[in-house]
Amino acid sequence: MSAQIQTQARQVKSWRRSDVWSALVCLLPAGLIFGVFNIFPILYSGYLSLLRWDGLSASRAFVGLANYAQLLRSHELWNSLAVTLYYMAGVTLLSLAAGLAVALALNRGIRGLAFYRALYFTPVITSSVAAAIVWRYLFDPGAGLVNLSLRAAGVPAPGWLASTTWAMPAVILVGVWKRLGFNMVIYLAGLQGIPREYYEAAEVDGAGAWARFRRITVPLLAPITALLAIMSVIDAFLVFDQVFAMTGDALGAPMGSTDVIGLLLYRYAFRYFKIGTASAVGWIVFAVVFVATLLQWKLSNIGVAEQA
Amino acid sequence: MSEPRSDSIPALDAGRSGASGVRSGLSRWLAGGATHALLLGGGLIMVLPFLWMVTTSLKPMKLAYGPPYLFPTHFVWRNYQVAWRSAPFARFYLNSFIMAVGITTAQLLFSSLAAYAFARLRFPGRNALFLLFLGTMMVPFHVTVLPQYLIVHWLGWVDTYQALIVPRMVSAFGIFLMRQYYLTIPTDLDEAALMDGASRLGVWWRIILPLSQPALAALAIFSFLFAWNDFLWPLVATNDPQMRTIQLGLAMFQGRYGTQWTYLMAGTVTATIPAIAVFLLGQKRFIEGITLTGLKG
Repeated sequence: MSAQIQTQARQVKSWRRSDVWSALVCLLPAGLIFGVFNIFPILYSGYLSLLRWDGLSASRAFVGLANYAQLLRSHELWNSLAVTLYYMAGVTLLSLAAGLAVALALNRGIRGLAFYRALYFTPVITSSVAAAIVWRYLFDPGAGLVNLSLRAAGVPAPGWLASTTWAMPAVILVGVWKRLGFNMVIYLAGLQGIPREYYEAAEVDGAGAWARFRRITVPLLAPITALLAIMSVIDAFLVFDQVFAMTGDALGAPMGSTDVIGLLLYRYAFRYFKIGTASAVGWIVFAVVFVATLLQWKLSNIGVAEQA
Repeated sequence: MSEPRSDSIPALDAGRSGASGVRSGLSRWLAGGATHALLLGGGLIMVLPFLWMVTTSLKPMKLAYGPPYLFPTHFVWRNYQVAWRSAPFARFYLNSFIMAVGITTAQLLFSSLAAYAFARLRFPGRNALFLLFLGTMMVPFHVTVLPQYLIVHWLGWVDTYQALIVPRMVSAFGIFLMRQYYLTIPTDLDEAALMDGASRLGVWWRIILPLSQPALAALAIFSFLFAWNDFLWPLVATNDPQMRTIQLGLAMFQGRYGTQWTYLMAGTVTATIPAIAVFLLGQKRFIEGITLTGLKG
C-alpha cells in the first residue's frame, strides 16, 4: 500500500518536472509573438517618445520629455482630449442605458428572444467602415433618410457631418448603435442571474415597481454596469476606424470637431512622420486609459462591497 | 431611452401574479404586445441601415435622391458590376480571407496551447506571466502600432501576408477565453489519461481540445470577425493596392465614389455579407463566449 503511494508520489513529482518543460513548449509560440509584437513595442514606444525622429533617416535626437511638453502646450492635444471625452461620455451613457432597457424588455420571458437578440446584436459585428458609409448616407443633409424624416416631421434638419456642432452627435449615435447590442447581451445574462424570490419578497413587503428596480435590479447589476462602463470607456477612448471613415480622413473634420485622439496620433505618425510626438500621444492615451481603469475598478469594488 | 420604465422590470409580473392572484388575460396580452411593439420598433432602427444598404444598392442612381422607399422595387444588379469593376473587390476578398483564416487558425492553435499551460501546468512564475499577458490587453494599440510598423518594416514584411497575420497570431483575449473554459473541465480526466501514460501535450490534444469545442468555436468566430473587420493595422502594414483588405478597399472606394450611393452601397453590401453570415451561423457560440469572458472577467 505504502509502496503504491510512494510510486504515486514519485510519479507526481516527475509530472511536475515535466510540467515545466511542457509549459515551455506551450508558451513558446505565444511568448515569442507577444515578446516581439507586444512587449518589445511597448518598451520601444516609450523610448521613441523621447526622440525627435522622422522614422526613416539616420538622424535621431534624444530630446527627453520635450515631445510631451510640446504636446501639453498644444491646442491640438487638448481639443482632441475634449472631443474624445465627449464621444466617450455620449457612447458610454447612452449605450448602457439603451442596452439595459432592451435587456429588461427581453428578460420578461418574451417569445422570439433569439430573433430580437440577433436584431440588436448585428451592428456589433458590422465593420466600422461599412457602418460609417451607410450612416454617412443616412445622415446626408439633403438626400439622407434622417433629414428627410426630420423635415417630414417639421423639425429643423441639421447639417450633421458638415456641421461643427452636429458632426460629433452623429458619430456618437453610430457608436451607440454599434455598442448597444453588446451591453444588452451582458446585461441580459446578469438579469437572468437575479433570483426571482428577491422580487417576490419585496412585493410581499409592499415595495412598488420603481422601488424594486432601484433596490434590487440596480444594485445587483452594479458590478456588471461597472465592468461594461470600463470596457466602453476604454473602447471609446481608442476609437479610430469609425471616425476616420465617417469624416473622410484623419483630419477630424469639420474644423477639428471630430478630431478624436486616435486620429491625432495617426496624423503625427503617418502624415507628419513625427515618430517621437506620435509615441508621446500613445503614452498619454495609455495614461488616461490606465487611470480610468483603476478608478473604475475602485468604484466597482465599492459596488461589490456595498452589496455584501 | 434613458430611464428604464418600471413596467419593463423583469420578474415583476411573475411576482405580482404570484402574490395577488391572476391578472386578467387581456392586460397580460396587452403588456406583452406593448413589449413586442417597443422591441420591434427599436429593432427596426437597428436593422434599418442594413435594409437601406441593400435597397439602395439595387436602385437606379436617379432614385437614390428621390423619395425614400424601403423595399426594392427595381433590381439594378449593374450597380454591383460597376462596383466590382471599378475596384478589385475580388482581390480584396482574397486578401481578407487569407488574413482572417490565417489569424483564426493560429489563434486556435497558439492561444489555446498557451491557455493550457496557464490552466493546467505548474511552473514557476505562472501567475506573474499570466498577469503580464493580461496586462498587455490593457495597453492600447495606440502605443504599439508604430513600433509594430517599424518592426514589420525592418523585417521587410510591408505589403506581405505575414505582416497582416503574424502579429495577430496570439491574443491575450484568446488565451483568457480558453483558460476560463479549461478551468470548467474536471481535472479527473487529465489525471486518468496521465496515469495511462499520456504526455501533457497529449492530454491537451486528445482530451482538452475535443472537450473545448464550444470555446474553440467562439474563439474562431471572434478571431475571424475581428480580422475581417480590422482596419488600422492593415492600413498601416500595406501600401500596395493589391495587398489591401476588404475594409481598406471599401474605404478607398468611398474616397473615390464620395456620394454615388448606389455603387457605394453595392460595395458595402459586398464587404459586410461574410461577417454577418459568420455571425448568424455561429450566433449561439459567439454569445456564449461573450458572456463567459464578459461576466467572469
